[in-house]
Amino acid sequence: MSGILVVQEAGRKRISFEALAFGRRLAELTGLAVETAAVGDPNETIFVETSGPPIPTSHAVRHSLLEKYTSDGYVPAFEQLIRKLEPSYVVFPHTYQSRDYVPRLATRFGQVLISDITGIEAGPIFIRQLVQGKLTGAYRHQGDGPCFLSIQAGAFPADPPQAGKTIILTFQPEIAPSDIRTRPSEPFRGGSQTVDLGSAQLIVSVGRGIKDAANIPIVQELATALGAELAASRPICDNGWLPMERQVGSSGQTVSPKLYLAIGISGAIQHLVGMKGSQCVVAINKDPDAPIFEVADYGIAGDLFEVVPALTAAVKAAKQ
Amino acid sequence: MKIIVAIKQVPGPDAQVRIDATGKWIEESDLQFALNESDAYALEEALQLKEKHGGEVIVVSAGPERVGTTIREALAKGADRAIQIACDDLGTRDALGVSRLLAAAIKTENPDLILTGLQSEDLGLGQTGVIVAELLGLPHATLILHVEVLDGAGTQAQIKVKRELEEGWFQTIELPTPAVLTIQSGGNKLRYATLMGIKRAKTKEVRQLTAAELGVDSAPVVLLEQVSMPQRKKSTQMLPGNAQEAATALVEKLKFEVRVL
Ligand SMILES: Cc1cc2nc3c(=O)[nH]c(=O)nc-3n(C[C@H](O)[C@H](O)[C@H](O)COP(=O)(O)OP(=O)(O)OC[C@H]3O[C@@H](n4cnc5c(N)ncnc54)[C@H](O)[C@@H]3O)c2cc1C
Ligand SMILES: Nc1ncnc2c1ncn2[C@@H]1O[C@H](COP(=O)(O)O)[C@@H](O)[C@H]1O
Repeated sequence: MSGILVVQEAGRKRISFEALAFGRRLAELTGLAVETAAVGDPNETIFVETSGPPIPTSHAVRHSLLEKYTSDGYVPAFEQLIRKLEPSYVVFPHTYQSRDYVPRLATRFGQVLISDITGIEAGPIFIRQLVQGKLTGAYRHQGDGPCFLSIQAGAFPADPPQAGKTIILTFQPEIAPSDIRTRPSEPFRGGSQTVDLGSAQLIVSVGRGIKDAANIPIVQELATALGAELAASRPICDNGWLPMERQVGSSGQTVSPKLYLAIGISGAIQHLVGMKGSQCVVAINKDPDAPIFEVADYGIAGDLFEVVPALTAAVKAAKQ
Repeated sequence: MKIIVAIKQVPGPDAQVRIDATGKWIEESDLQFALNESDAYALEEALQLKEKHGGEVIVVSAGPERVGTTIREALAKGADRAIQIACDDLGTRDALGVSRLLAAAIKTENPDLILTGLQSEDLGLGQTGVIVAELLGLPHATLILHVEVLDGAGTQAQIKVKRELEEGWFQTIELPTPAVLTIQSGGNKLRYATLMGIKRAKTKEVRQLTAAELGVDSAPVVLLEQVSMPQRKKSTQMLPGNAQEAATALVEKLKFEVRVL
């Protein structure tokens, strides 16, 4: 084939279609053709539904040992598919699943996954974040062998569907039950969810800039004055300063309030994916180069221990 | 249980990172370094497993001489000994190159468990542990918050781990040892080093190895060609002045433009 193989994830349609949109950009730059593959039978929605112009060929990877995801099953399955198709590029959505098995898969080919890509330029050069979004890195693949890429959520908008026909070929890898060394359980929800940040209109969100659990009341007072829900970045919940259910981000809640006030939050991508849908983002951070300002409508570059109390007082005064 | 924890020294969370003269990496002089956050949780999990089940905790770190301070910190928290892989070309190695170093150093130790952090805060690859597992031919599990040792002798699985999934979901996974686990932050409460611990750390063994001794070359397949400052996509309106002035200006915006007050 020596083209571009975009691997889709049945349960993660949106980000899969974003990876496909990236695949098409890569095709424009390289002149190569795109095919897709996914685990599942050909009636699976990931094959039936489309995004953009129809892909001429899709590969349905089928095996009873792939019904439950394990890296031990997926690695040999995709290794065999890739050896058969010999693509020049293999593209994945950057999900918890792909990050679990693709590094291992790439190693089988003596290759290294370029993970979490946010941009592409002629070359091709692949762009990804470094140092938690404080810097941007430009990467190049060299040598022979397939180039493995994974695409960050939200970086390449999916295309609207277009009618057309795709030929779906079934691929049956050889996997033995003894290959599967891990026994995963069904997914379950953690803890009880008593706060619904998802429907909150106003959110005051606090990050590690708050320094200590004893300082939480400073932001709590602002939240109360505004009538807002209090939320947090992951380290705050990891430390037990606020309960986990108040965490916003890829492993926490997704919110879309009218106002999201980020206080002492740097703006790592795993946080941003949880709050990008906010109508108005305000950031308070002492570092004027903090990545959170890249997504903020209004910013105050200053010390939160001075700005927040002043803001609380000003809000109270305005509400009188 | 013999547990190896791979720890990486990275720029501290409050570090002001600047681009170096080559334009290919960050300026390391004057930079404050710290233990990578998820690695701190990996170390904590290892120490707790040792406290429950006995055994030994060994930390391994590859990097320039400065990583010695982070190794001492881990020893002060309770790791028994360390392996330091001297490597000044960390920046030009790709994930496979670094993983080969770690795998070669780990192999001769024959551990029951290998823990790594989920993701390093500077490169953010999120791959090293998984690659090490492949290089050593071991099963692995990623995004792990807790490890439970199963005692039913004769069963295939020896450990049961709690794995984080997206958006507040979890699953458990049973797997045999030896195995590699990449640890997500937040599963435990981190301990501080005690004065006694700091004192003891000075006497603990730190074995020095080099890439040459490990027989690992470094020809990368993936090259970081350039680093740059991110471009702002959205035009952010910065509110100037002192805290008081900025706060007043923001309240005006919230009232008349965002209309939430
Ligand atoms: C798989 C995975 C899933 C993740 N899921 C999530 C998630 O769901 N949610 C999440 O939030 N993170 C998540 N993370 C972690 C994420 O990568 C970041 O580590 C985290 O968001 C950083 O939190 P922070 O911004 O509060 O801390 P930091 O990055 O440490 O930032 C602190 C900020 O505070 C500022 N500051 C310090 N002092 C002051 C002061 N006095 N006044 C004003 N500002 C100050 C600093 O300039 C800095 O910008 C995940 C990571 C991984 C790998
Ligand atoms: N140079 C290194 N020395 C020791 N451990 C490392 C090194 N690089 C990466 N690791 C480990 O691998 C994890 C994932 O790193 P990364 O793949 O760079 O995101 C880190 O959290 C560390 O536990």
